[in-house]
Amino acid sequence: MATATDTFVRREMLGQKEPPTSQRGIVKWMRENLFSSLLNSVLTIIGLVFVYIVLRTVLPWVFFGVWHAGSLGECRQIIAETLGPDGSAACWAMIAERWKQFIFGFYPQDSYWRPTLAFALLFTALAPVLYYGIRHINVRMVGAVGVLLMLALWGLGTDAAHLMLAFVLMAALTAVAWAAPKKLVWLTILYPAIGFFLLWGGSVWGPVGALFGFVILALVWYGLQRQLGVVVAGGAALVTAAVWWLYVQTHVTGALQSALPLGLPPVRSDLFGGFLLAFVIGVTAIAASLPMGILLALGRRSDMLLIKALSVGFIEFIRGVPLITMLFVASLLLQYFLPPQTNFDLILRVIILVTLFSAAYIAEVVRGGLAALPRGQYEAADALGLDYWQAQRLIIMPQALKISIPGIVSSFIGLFKDTTLVALVGLADPLQGITKIVRADINWKGIYWEPYLFVGLIFFACCFSMSRYSMYLERKLKRDHR
Amino acid sequence: MSEAIVRQIDRSHMQVSDEIAIQITSMNKWYGAFHVLRDIDMTVNRGERIVICGPSGSGKSTLIRCINRLEEHQSGKIVVDGTELTSDLKNIDKVRSEVGMVFQHFNLFPHLTILENCTLAPIWVRKTPKREAEEVAMHFLSKVKIPEQAHKYPGQLSGGQQQRVAIARSLCMKPRIMLFDEPTSALDPEMIKEVLDTMIELAEEGMTMLCVTHEMGFAQAVANRVIFMDQGQIVEQNEPKEFFNNPQSDRTKLFLSQILGH
Repeated sequence: MATATDTFVRREMLGQKEPPTSQRGIVKWMRENLFSSLLNSVLTIIGLVFVYIVLRTVLPWVFFGVWHAGSLGECRQIIAETLGPDGSAACWAMIAERWKQFIFGFYPQDSYWRPTLAFALLFTALAPVLYYGIRHINVRMVGAVGVLLMLALWGLGTDAAHLMLAFVLMAALTAVAWAAPKKLVWLTILYPAIGFFLLWGGSVWGPVGALFGFVILALVWYGLQRQLGVVVAGGAALVTAAVWWLYVQTHVTGALQSALPLGLPPVRSDLFGGFLLAFVIGVTAIAASLPMGILLALGRRSDMLLIKALSVGFIEFIRGVPLITMLFVASLLLQYFLPPQTNFDLILRVIILVTLFSAAYIAEVVRGGLAALPRGQYEAADALGLDYWQAQRLIIMPQALKISIPGIVSSFIGLFKDTTLVALVGLADPLQGITKIVRADINWKGIYWEPYLFVGLIFFACCFSMSRYSMYLERKLKRDHR
Repeated sequence: MSEAIVRQIDRSHMQVSDEIAIQITSMNKWYGAFHVLRDIDMTVNRGERIVICGPSGSGKSTLIRCINRLEEHQSGKIVVDGTELTSDLKNIDKVRSEVGMVFQHFNLFPHLTILENCTLAPIWVRKTPKREAEEVAMHFLSKVKIPEQAHKYPGQLSGGQQQRVAIARSLCMKPRIMLFDEPTSALDPEMIKEVLDTMIELAEEGMTMLCVTHEMGFAQAVANRVIFMDQGQIVEQNEPKEFFNNPQSDRTKLFLSQILGH
């Protein structure tokens, strides 16, 4: 039997109401996050005081720094004059005088436009990769790169002819980005050869010949894959291309060079240094290690015993050995294993080993992504009749890579910072190599914080951008729970 | 239970032909040392609608998964549409493109839109031009009554809608046989009906169907044969009326009393 208290009928439904003032907006946020209890309020205030003290010491040091001086002694004199004998400020004059060396190492001064142009083209080539087919971002990115390139070249004192060349090139690329943003991918495909040619110079036919090897590889693979399957055709294509690269290419390119000599003055590898070196190693290794890591991850999950064993062996071996060991292998041991007359470029050797190193880590990250996919996805792909490579490319990898983005980008960031380790094999990286050289200069002897801060700031800017891009990508690819 | 939700349908025109669609002879399957499927003999004619039921772990899902080689059998013979399933990949791909499958958990591709889910296999496996594949996909999406969702992602749809998309996705490959692996088990009760309606429509059009399901109402209304499995073997098979009203084996009686008893 129902009493008055447990029967209830609502006659009118309630409307929406705003929460009380103390429960919304900034007030709520501060109450919850800064002053939720007495202890938290005290900690908040102590924290603010601490931040204030740190900034009070650091900011004047940074902002009252001296930009124009010929040596550290001169710097200190200026500081003592302006801030009094106890004053302390940074001596940025060293950066102002030596920044070119931090960026380019010992690269010939009159050729600074080459790495600068290569760097600008790198971002143009990245535009279609990062923002494929999105016209307005591509145009803006290529246009901005063009403007920055012109400013940089002008700042470096480049001659008019090369300024003109860069202007025409970037204007053309911006036009392409506007007219057909997807066509920019061709620049991306050709970029390794273009970048190599600009940086190292020499005959133009060398990179062209190397590219032609890839064309052969693609053609043979495409011709044979229908009959022989993806893997066997891939092997055959690789062998054909290797024959071209090792035995045929030099004769053909030699003939072309004598018939039509085109090229830039060659630059030796030991002149590379600073951030130029870090970028050459970092970018190449990043670009090469992702596909390699994906293949290794697939190999590790393969049913084929030999492929699986090789992948596992490779990954575990590389992960078990410190990078420095690998770099020493690159600089010393590799010489012993190669035929005596081969002069294998040290940077190239380092790039190869850094790539292998990073690929092993990427493989494990991607494997994590693969493991996170439910079995049902494989089964659905199978049930629809997709073959292994189709299923991987269309169903599995897009999802597995999406899951792995944070891990992959972490690996890339780590790899980029690890490029400073090449100092140990005698290359002039920005942190150890160049800084040491600068500090050995009699004018700047004793300078301590400034070069490290400068180099650290540039590294931070690069790594932070990568990290932000990965967050953008994660948001963009998010498909569920919205 | 769910008899009430399935409307009575006219079965007179649902013809079963003499042509054999699937022939399984003394097939056995082991998981390691565990004997999952024991001596399965089964013939499915074109146009048949077969419901397979049985307690969990009885091997019914494994059986239909052997038919498109999601699971490998170790002995015996499975012939689908005249193609024998061996380790020959060409035959497997041929069978898979003729046999559609609908899963308990839908298994839609979450990174693709509904339309892309439906056009993927026709474009890449059948090499259909994209525009044509999209037309076909829209046709089947209209048939399962969700054409307006074509540009959404699977995560934005309800379970029942997702399962109907999964059915449409299979139909886009124009399969001659459809396998259903507990298509309604993961759905809320109010969504079961919309999926069953779609399946009934398919049956009325003469599709050869094998369904693992516990929807006995569906079995009574649509199936022309019910197969009861237990411990990896076929225990009893009969036409639905006889099967439900006059079960022969004790296991069947026990099973029916458990699922229909309340």
